[in-house]
Amino acid sequence: MGVKDTTAVPVINKKASINRQTIAPKIASGHGLDVDDHKVTVGQSFSQNAKMTMRNVNVFYGDKQAIYDVNIDIAKNEVMAMIGPSGCGKSTFLRTLNRMNDTVEGCRVEGDILMDGENLYAPKLDVVELRARVGMVFQKPNPFPKSIYDNVAYGPKIHGLADTRVDLDEIVESSLRKASLWEEVKERLHQPGTGLSGGQQQRLCIARAIAVSPEIILMDEPCSALDPIATAKIEELIEELSQNFTIAIVTHSMQQAARVSHRTAYFHLGKLIEVNPTEQVFTMPEHPLTEAYITGRFG
Amino acid sequence: MTKMSFENHIMKQFDEELEEIRTRLMEMGGKVEQQLQNAVLAIGQADSKLAEEVIVEERHVDAMEVDIDEACILIIARRQPAASDLRLVMMVTKAVNDLERIGDEAKKIANHAILLAEGGGSIKGYPEIRHIGTSVIKMLANALDAFARFDAEAAIRTIEEDKQIDLDYKTALREVVTYMMEDPRSISRAINILWVVRSLERIGDHAKNLCEQIVFVVKGKDIRHQ
Repeated sequence: MGVKDTTAVPVINKKASINRQTIAPKIASGHGLDVDDHKVTVGQSFSQNAKMTMRNVNVFYGDKQAIYDVNIDIAKNEVMAMIGPSGCGKSTFLRTLNRMNDTVEGCRVEGDILMDGENLYAPKLDVVELRARVGMVFQKPNPFPKSIYDNVAYGPKIHGLADTRVDLDEIVESSLRKASLWEEVKERLHQPGTGLSGGQQQRLCIARAIAVSPEIILMDEPCSALDPIATAKIEELIEELSQNFTIAIVTHSMQQAARVSHRTAYFHLGKLIEVNPTEQVFTMPEHPLTEAYITGRFG
Repeated sequence: MTKMSFENHIMKQFDEELEEIRTRLMEMGGKVEQQLQNAVLAIGQADSKLAEEVIVEERHVDAMEVDIDEACILIIARRQPAASDLRLVMMVTKAVNDLERIGDEAKKIANHAILLAEGGGSIKGYPEIRHIGTSVIKMLANALDAFARFDAEAAIRTIEEDKQIDLDYKTALREVVTYMMEDPRSISRAINILWVVRSLERIGDHAKNLCEQIVFVVKGKDIRHQ
């Protein structure tokens, strides 16, 4: 038999795993965070290559303040996702970008909102022209009760973008192609747009928005009424569109924000908490509130 | 964020699932730690029976690896974890791999313990094994403690321990080579000793990986290969 090593042997901890259970921290309930403490947006809110510049933006509905002192840039050809719990102000914020709030009774916008350095809230600014430069896609597909062709042709017509019928045909075709809808509807351009499926209708609305060659496209939960396949098609489209347009998208689906956006902005109770590259926000967010929200811990 | 919380999800079931993989990883860690201690002990005491136990235990560790991995895949599929939750799940899938490898190395040590016990002869090389063994056991225990506490600072301190283990390993190699030259009849025995210190050194590396993963979970920083 072998020879015993008579010197001391290492201490054996038979209950090693059980001991560790007891030292493992049990964290107290609640995230222990107070949005009132929030003063400055963390992360990378600004860009060298800003298309949209927002400084000290406050929005009020009557006496109630909906947005508090937001500072952010949206870069050219960027997809910026806005996320946050319901009522956090992300949709309100999106709508300030093409003055959709003008029509809301008692809504007041303070601060500077600039597109290429031009103030969007300047008194002289033509809002109709602004809406052509800043297109919008809504939650529910809302095609006009007209033919597919007329849905897309309407904008270019009223903005005088096409001189001839041939020009208009060309715009309609290229817009539908960019919206990945052309192959599906080219045989039935003169049938009603409302006869399309939900996903097709939403892509028709996107075609309608891009037909007037906007610089920015705002999307307010564009996929929340769509099934996963239609959603995937829109997301694919967003990626393609970002080559030509700047896109700001509000979404309730964090996975969607993670999939399509370059930067993600997190809003909470009207405050802009964090802006960072999307890959960072979803793997190692800087602010504890962002962390609590994207990991599903808000109650 | 330095304070880790895997509770308070709106989906309570999610809390439980994360707690579950964390607990099971700690259990697996405890089991592997026990294996390592017994394997080193089996050499010192020439205890073949204890070594056999280590070898049998290895199968349980393998099964735990598969189970925990499966639980992690389910969490990813069902919950799409993000941020610290995501980092925890990814860490656990990597950590079970390292723990399983530690189990493998412990099994190898146990095999050599049986060979050494059967071969008899001198105790040359045992002090080296005991010395490195003690350091490695301590390092693994520190790594597992750091995981239990989510203590990144402790994990970073533990990583430092690996340097000394690597130095001790090199010293032990030289010692064993000297034994071989002194007495060529002891070569096959010395080779067994070599394999054992080699396994211990590898376990140190796996414990280091574990610590790096703890830093990743807590701080979100990847400190590998730095």
